[in-house]
Amino acid sequence: MSPVPRTDSSATFYNRRLFHSRIFRLTVIYLCLFTASVLGLLGFIYWSATESVTRQIDSTINAEITGLAEQFNQRGLIGLVQAIERRAGKAGTSRGLYILADESFEPIAGNLSRWPDEAPDTEGWVTFRLEYPDDSGGSTNFGRARIFDLGQRFHLMVGHDIEERSRIAASIRGTLIWSVVIAIGVSLIGGILMSRSLLSQIDTINETSREIMAGDLTRRIPIGKHGDEIDEVASNLNAMLDQIERLLAGMSQISDNIAHDLRTPISRLRTGLESALIGRADPEDYRDAISGAIEEADNILKTFNALLSIAQAEAGATEAQFEYVDLKALLRDVGELYEPLADEQGIQLKLELGANSSLKGDRNLLFQAVANLTDNALKFSTTDSCVTLTLRDEVQDEGISQHAEIIVTDQGPGIPAGDRDRVLERFHRLEASRSTPGNGLGLSLVSAVAKLHGGALRLEDNAPGLRATLSLPFS
Amino acid sequence: MRILIIEDDTDTAAYVSKGLCENGYRVDVANNGREGLVQAIGEDYDLAIVDRMLPELDGLSIVETLRKADRDTPIIFLSALGGVNDRVKGLRSGGDDYLVKPFAFSELLARVEALLRRPATRVVETNLRVADLEMDLLARQVIRAGQTIELQPREFRLLEYLMRNAGRVVTRTMLLENVWDYHFDPQTNVIDVHISRLRQKIDKDFEQTLLHTVRGAGYSLREPG
Repeated sequence: MSPVPRTDSSATFYNRRLFHSRIFRLTVIYLCLFTASVLGLLGFIYWSATESVTRQIDSTINAEITGLAEQFNQRGLIGLVQAIERRAGKAGTSRGLYILADESFEPIAGNLSRWPDEAPDTEGWVTFRLEYPDDSGGSTNFGRARIFDLGQRFHLMVGHDIEERSRIAASIRGTLIWSVVIAIGVSLIGGILMSRSLLSQIDTINETSREIMAGDLTRRIPIGKHGDEIDEVASNLNAMLDQIERLLAGMSQISDNIAHDLRTPISRLRTGLESALIGRADPEDYRDAISGAIEEADNILKTFNALLSIAQAEAGATEAQFEYVDLKALLRDVGELYEPLADEQGIQLKLELGANSSLKGDRNLLFQAVANLTDNALKFSTTDSCVTLTLRDEVQDEGISQHAEIIVTDQGPGIPAGDRDRVLERFHRLEASRSTPGNGLGLSLVSAVAKLHGGALRLEDNAPGLRATLSLPFS
Repeated sequence: MRILIIEDDTDTAAYVSKGLCENGYRVDVANNGREGLVQAIGEDYDLAIVDRMLPELDGLSIVETLRKADRDTPIIFLSALGGVNDRVKGLRSGGDDYLVKPFAFSELLARVEALLRRPATRVVETNLRVADLEMDLLARQVIRAGQTIELQPREFRLLEYLMRNAGRVVTRTMLLENVWDYHFDPQTNVIDVHISRLRQKIDKDFEQTLLHTVRGAGYSLREPG
C-alpha cells in the first residue's frame, strides 16, 4: 500500500500524511503484534494436532504388533500369516499396512508388494513412500510403520497410511495462512479508515486554529456528539479561546477607559497651560495656572500608579515579599489614619476587632486595600451615619479558622445588585458617582490584592449601604 | 554641598540639576554608569542621585561598588521600576532612598534635604525645638510658650518628624512612609486632615504660625521670619 505517485499533489500529500499519522503507525504496530500472536497460536494448534494424530497411529501400530506377535507365539508362522492376510484384507478401509518377509526381506504375506528401502530408526520406526496401483486411485502417499523381528528368520512390519495426518496438517496450514492474510487486510483497511477519521478531526482543529491566528477570534472548533477525547480537547480549546477573547475584550475595554480617564485630565492640563500662555502676562495668573497644572499632573500620576499597582498585584510579582502581617494592627492603623477625615465629615468610624489574625501577605498592599475600602465608604456616606471596620475569623471545619474577614460597611446609597460585579472592573464608575472624586480604580485594586492573597472581595447589601468583605485565607 | 547626578536621560538630568542649583547646591552630572562610578569614587560628594537603568554599568552595581569601597555617601535611586521588589532591591544594595519616576521635583528636593542632614540626627537627641515649640522626647511632652499641648501618639510622631525636618519641605508620601510606616497612595486627602488637626493644637491659639502648607509639595514646619 505504498503511496502511488499522482499528479494531484495534494492527494499525495494527504496520503503521505495518512501513512505518517500516529494512529496509522499504532495500527501497524498492533497489526504486527496481532499477526505474531495468531501465528504462534495456530502454530501450536498445528503442532499439537499432528503430534496427537501421530501418537494415535503409533499406539495402534504397537497394539497390532503386540497382537501379531502373540499369534506367532501361540499358532506359529501359519497362524501369523492367516492373521496378517485377514487384517490386510480389511486394509482397504482401515489403511493398515502389513508385510511379513523372510531373512532376505522377500515378502511372504501382507498387502505391500515389497519391503521398503528406507532405513528404520533405532526403535524400528520407518517412514516410507507408498504407491497405490492405478485401480485403487493411483496416488502416492506416505506410510509410517514399525519393524519387528520374529526370531532371526522373519521380519514383520506393521504400518499405517499417514495421508490422514497430512490432510489435517494441510488444512491447518491453510487456515493459518488465510487467517493471517485476512487479519492483515482487515487491520490495514481499519487502520486507514481510523487514521482518516482522526486526521479529519485534527484537520478541523488545525484549520480553526489557523483562522483564529489569522485574526478571526470568534471562530470555534466544532464539537462532535460522542464526547470522546478529541471532543474533550476541542471543548477545552474552545473554553481557552473564550477566556482569551474575554481577556482581550477586557483589555480593549481597559484601553478605552485609560484613553478616557487619562485623556480627560491630560487635555484639561493642556488647555489650562495653553490658556495661561495666551492670556495676559500676570505673574499671579501664571502661578495659578502652573499649580493647577501640577495638581492635574499629580492626579494623572496617581491614576497611573494605581494601574501599575493593580497590574503588579495581578501578576503576583510581590509574592516573594510576603511577610507576617498583623491584621488587627493594620486595621487599627487604617482606622487611626481615617478617623480625623471621618470626624471632619461628621461620620462615626467604628472599629470592631474581634480576632487576633495574622497572615502572610504584602503589608503595604493590604493596607492600601483596606484604606481604599474605607476611603470609598467615607466618600459615599452622609453626615451622621456610621462606617464600621470589622475583623473576624471565619471559622469552618472543626474549629480551625480558614479565613480572616475584613468587613467594611457604610450606610450610604450602596451598589445595586446588578452592578456589583462591574464595579470591580477597572475604571468602572457608576453614573451616579461620576461627580465624586476618584479614578474608578479603588475597588479593582482591592479585588486584585484579594486575588494575590488567594482571597476574594465580596460586595453585599448592608440595608442600607454597602458591605464589602475582604476574605483572606490563612494558608 | 556637592551633589552628583548619574542619569543618562539628559532632560531629566538638566531638570534635576537646574532645580538643585537654584536651591544652592553644586551639581555634577555623569551620563553613563562607568563615568558616574569613577566620579563618585574619585571625588567627595555629599550626596548622589543615581538612575537605576544606565548604559555601561547599572545603578545597583554602582552603589554596591561604592559601598564595598567604604563610601557612605547618601544615595537616592531614581527609577522607572516602581515595584516593591525593585524598591527593596535598591535599598538592599545600599541606597538610602528610592524615588519612582515620574516624580515631582519638590519630592526629590525634600528627600535630598532629609538625607543631607541625617548624620546630625544620628546623635541621640532628647529635645527638639522650633521657635517657642519644644518637644521632650523622653517625657513625651510638647510645650509651646510654656503651655503644655496634649497630643495623640500618632500626632506626636507626626510632629516629631516635622520638627526633625524643621525648615524643610516634607511631602505627604514622606509622612506616610515615616510616620505611618506604610508605602501606599491615599485616594483622598487623609494626611491633610491630620495636619490640620495638628495645626489646631500647636498653632491655633498662638500668634505666629509654625506649620505651613507648601502648595503642590507638602508641608513645612519652620521658625517665623
